[in-house]
Amino acid sequence: MNIIRKIREHVRLIVQITFTALSNGYVNGFLQGTIYKGTSKKICVPGLNCYSCPGALGACPIGSLQAVLNARQYQFSFYIIGILMAIGAFFGRFVCGWLCPFGLVQDLLYKIPLFKKLRRLPGEKYLRLIKYGVLLLFVIIFPISIVNIVGIGTPWFCKLICPSGTLLGGIPLVLKNPLLRETIGVLFSWKVLVLVTILVLSIKLYRPFCRYLCPLGAIYSFFNPIALYHMEIDQTKCTKCKVCQKNCGLDIPVYEKPNAMECIRCGKCIKVCPHDAIKSSIMLKKSEK
Amino acid sequence: MWFMKNKTAYLILMIAVIFIVIGINRGEAEVVLTKAVQICLECIGIG
Repeated sequence: MNIIRKIREHVRLIVQITFTALSNGYVNGFLQGTIYKGTSKKICVPGLNCYSCPGALGACPIGSLQAVLNARQYQFSFYIIGILMAIGAFFGRFVCGWLCPFGLVQDLLYKIPLFKKLRRLPGEKYLRLIKYGVLLLFVIIFPISIVNIVGIGTPWFCKLICPSGTLLGGIPLVLKNPLLRETIGVLFSWKVLVLVTILVLSIKLYRPFCRYLCPLGAIYSFFNPIALYHMEIDQTKCTKCKVCQKNCGLDIPVYEKPNAMECIRCGKCIKVCPHDAIKSSIMLKKSEK
Repeated sequence: MWFMKNKTAYLILMIAVIFIVIGINRGEAEVVLTKAVQICLECIGIG
């Protein structure tokens, strides 16, 4: 019974670890410093998971979106946009809370009991808008518009910002490949600096990358208000005591906005609500009163 | 209210499936595969 209780208390962590392990299960890649080349890499995993991670068995949706936009013959990616729409319409930002490997990394770092924890940074409302700018500029506009002489673009988000690519791809591959080690330069140093900044900030502030920079979280956030996976407040039970907001890592007033765009569906509010007023559900629900 | 919102989600899902089929027919999945099976030097901070 104790074991079952422990599993129930940590079910999200178990799902996160399991999914990360399964989607990055090509162990040979880590051992030999190479990457998986199988056909499963046509399929995008739902979270931010660099396809140059030695263990990656699928493709990163943001990297793939840029790859198709970079290609000369396409200006719009039906395939990737369709995948993102399907995942978003089903899950919204549930992916961020339960299935994203880099989200898991941030969650684990936040558990470290160093530094006084912050709930938000100054200018939080405006900082959270940055990720939409990152999506628009680095994922969409730059890859389409900044092209070389033969018309091929660059994945600017992956190149300049993505910490997942550095942590899960760059560092393991550079460590294992002497040839790659010889070629690292300013760009690698910049990316490591971005990564370290986010990792250190993750100890003090819950999920800084997801809040401020992640373009995939930005995309899924549009679906939160209408996704099939949603949360509901039982207004007959809710006393607006704000215990949900006080315990929310992202400081969301759940009692007012159960399907806020920022919510990553971690479920903590459901656990802490003293009146059992918050429920999560998927698929069809009765009309809200 | 949620039924109306569910309709939106189902509509988006339908459009998503159509988009995926169009994308596969256009060869976009092959583009993804071609990119994903090579080490992305930009992604890892080299290129």
